[in-house]
Amino acid sequence: MDIQFTEEQELLRSSVQRMLRDQYSFEARRKIVTGEEGWSRKQWNGFAELGLLAAPFSEESGGLGGGPLSTMIVAQEFGRHLVVEPYVETVVLAGGLIEHAGTDEQKQALISDIIAGQKIWALAWTEKGARFDLANVATAARRDGKDYILSGEKTAVIAAPWADYLIVSARTAGKRDDRAGVSLFVVDARAANLDLRSFKTIDGRRAAEIAFRDVRGELLGSEGEGVALLEACRDRAIGALCAEAVGAMAELNSATLEYSKTRKQFGVTIGSFQVLQHRMVDMFIAHQEALSLMQHLSLSLGAGESGVSRLASGVKSKIGYAGRFIADQAVQLHGGMGMTDELNVGHYFKRISSINIQFGDPAHHLLRYVQLDAAA
Amino acid sequence: MELALSPEDAAFRDEVRAFIAENYPKEMRVPNPETDLTKEQSLLWHRILYKKGWIAPLWPREYGGPGWSITRRFIFEQETSRAGTLPPLAFSVTMVGPVIYTFGNDAQKQKFLPRILSGEDWWCQGYSEPGSGSDLATVRTKAVRDGDHYIVNGHKTWTTLAQHADWIFCLVRTDASAKPQASISFLLIDMKSPGVTVRPIITIDGSHEVNDVFLEDVRVPVENLIGEENKGWTYAKFLLGNERTSMAGIGRSTRYLDRLKKIVNAEITADDPAHLEFRKEIGRIELDVLALEATELRVVAQMARGIDPGPAASLFKIRGTEIFQGITELTHRAIGNYGLALREQPLSANQFMPGPDYGHTATEKYLNARKLSIYGGSNEIQRNIIAKAVLGL
Repeated sequence: MDIQFTEEQELLRSSVQRMLRDQYSFEARRKIVTGEEGWSRKQWNGFAELGLLAAPFSEESGGLGGGPLSTMIVAQEFGRHLVVEPYVETVVLAGGLIEHAGTDEQKQALISDIIAGQKIWALAWTEKGARFDLANVATAARRDGKDYILSGEKTAVIAAPWADYLIVSARTAGKRDDRAGVSLFVVDARAANLDLRSFKTIDGRRAAEIAFRDVRGELLGSEGEGVALLEACRDRAIGALCAEAVGAMAELNSATLEYSKTRKQFGVTIGSFQVLQHRMVDMFIAHQEALSLMQHLSLSLGAGESGVSRLASGVKSKIGYAGRFIADQAVQLHGGMGMTDELNVGHYFKRISSINIQFGDPAHHLLRYVQLDAAA
Repeated sequence: MELALSPEDAAFRDEVRAFIAENYPKEMRVPNPETDLTKEQSLLWHRILYKKGWIAPLWPREYGGPGWSITRRFIFEQETSRAGTLPPLAFSVTMVGPVIYTFGNDAQKQKFLPRILSGEDWWCQGYSEPGSGSDLATVRTKAVRDGDHYIVNGHKTWTTLAQHADWIFCLVRTDASAKPQASISFLLIDMKSPGVTVRPIITIDGSHEVNDVFLEDVRVPVENLIGEENKGWTYAKFLLGNERTSMAGIGRSTRYLDRLKKIVNAEITADDPAHLEFRKEIGRIELDVLALEATELRVVAQMARGIDPGPAASLFKIRGTEIFQGITELTHRAIGNYGLALREQPLSANQFMPGPDYGHTATEKYLNARKLSIYGGSNEIQRNIIAKAVLGL
């Protein structure tokens, strides 16, 4: 497992770093987040120009063929800067589903618009009471000519208020909880009879509760295979979200260390207290281990290894607990300042909290990791 | 998880694997190799590796090392530990050997190195004293020059397997007036010298691993001084760096986890809520092992490219020992009431132990593993090292 990045990958990393350093300061981000829209089309166009929206797609799809490793590199830097624009939702979730399940026609029409920065996407899979179960789907779809008509409700759909299109999971057969019988549909986010109630998320994004009342959708992938497609999609999303978390953890650690070297109490810097030194060593170790697992998962995703889904759950769990530990301690060591909205530390805390909910919390994934253990 | 290996390195891995399978002595496959083998039995594998030329992976070729790359050393370490072989005595091969070939003179190299390789000499470590644990610079054992000898007086403790040892390498104070670190020398002492007394210390698991070593007017030839007088602290720190390199213990932890899963399945029925609780705890430790393994591979890959890993060894020591302690604790819990029993030392064939075989060493392992976070620089000292060297605190 030699993580020697190629020249191309190093170039990708350094160009993302440069762009974010110049254009995505914490103050710039605050303006974006508190603005009317809550995201920046200007930034998004910048991502497109830099090729970030093309990076993971295969060359056949018009992308740069960077795969999960390029997603990891981009997401890690986005995590460092708390980027709110819907990269994971548009490129990793929707883009990945279209690339893996779409017809040639769909791929050509939809992926080129994503790469060009023209369209924003969101994935609507969560339902009330379903928690993190991809198969727990009550939203129904019935066939109507070559299209389908969708009815039902989705909850907490991240980036939906910004989206041009949604990918919606809906039941074409079976009963709620059945693995079989779930299908995926592309839906125009501005379709008539689509009711979208927007709210702000803890990490400065927008999400929505969505009600579909006879909304027209186009099938994506084969009918009834939605859960398997979503599972693979979740594995890729975990790769990206974990990389964001690792980026955020690195920033929290360096901010905390810096603070401990300047903040004085009892006439000395608080970093001179052994109890805090050891705490920061444990934060350092937690980040190192998370970084190693993040790379291991991205390599395994790229190699398409069997058992990668179990690994993804394990990594989501371990990085989730590590992130929570680091975020807790970063706030604690910053004292009252860590509680303020003014300082970035609390915002990293909230981003990590959000990541820990998306696609399942650390306890959920630990359980899944254990239950998928063939040896036990 | 595997390193991406070149075809040559992959062939080497297969060769190591096959060699272990064919040559590891059956006699050494006992319930607890660390306590159940006689001195002669524990040297069997050492002698086989010596004949093969694989006894000292770390050593340069000119002193009898195999001349392996960092990657091959790692492969060898990984394969031998996965196979559950008893590692050759660290005090000889990975500790005092490198000190002698790095800081010793030609006569010392010629005298000692071949006997370390062959297993003829068994070494123990004379560092800790009753008043000097983590604060090693305060050692009080005194060596006073008397012609071409030193007269040594002092009390070393926690000396592992001194009961088998032919030689002891000691930190001794040679200049009472200087600063603590600047007055320590590194001295090699023949355990058969008059005035050396070994007294067993029995630990909470009932085993006899460690000892007190009393030194009373022991006459040590000046030629047994390593390097320069009063420079011993430098050599000691060098040695402690070596001690911590393979502390991640991935192979061992993986073997013990597999065993733990079998024990849990045998002891607790699947419909008992405790079964799932155990499996979740095992799952968390398994992920800890995976994270440490991925970190180790990352560091090995960096080292192979010539990048200094810094105090990575401290990280491996902390996490490797915490993980293994966790596994032994869970194993002890898994056997339930049988965890009340402890094998009696010295062992005898007709001793009665209750419960299934797999539980017979669980209690002693659990108790014995408490030492891991204490020895080799306690885990608190390791955190101090990282705080200083990495975090700049």
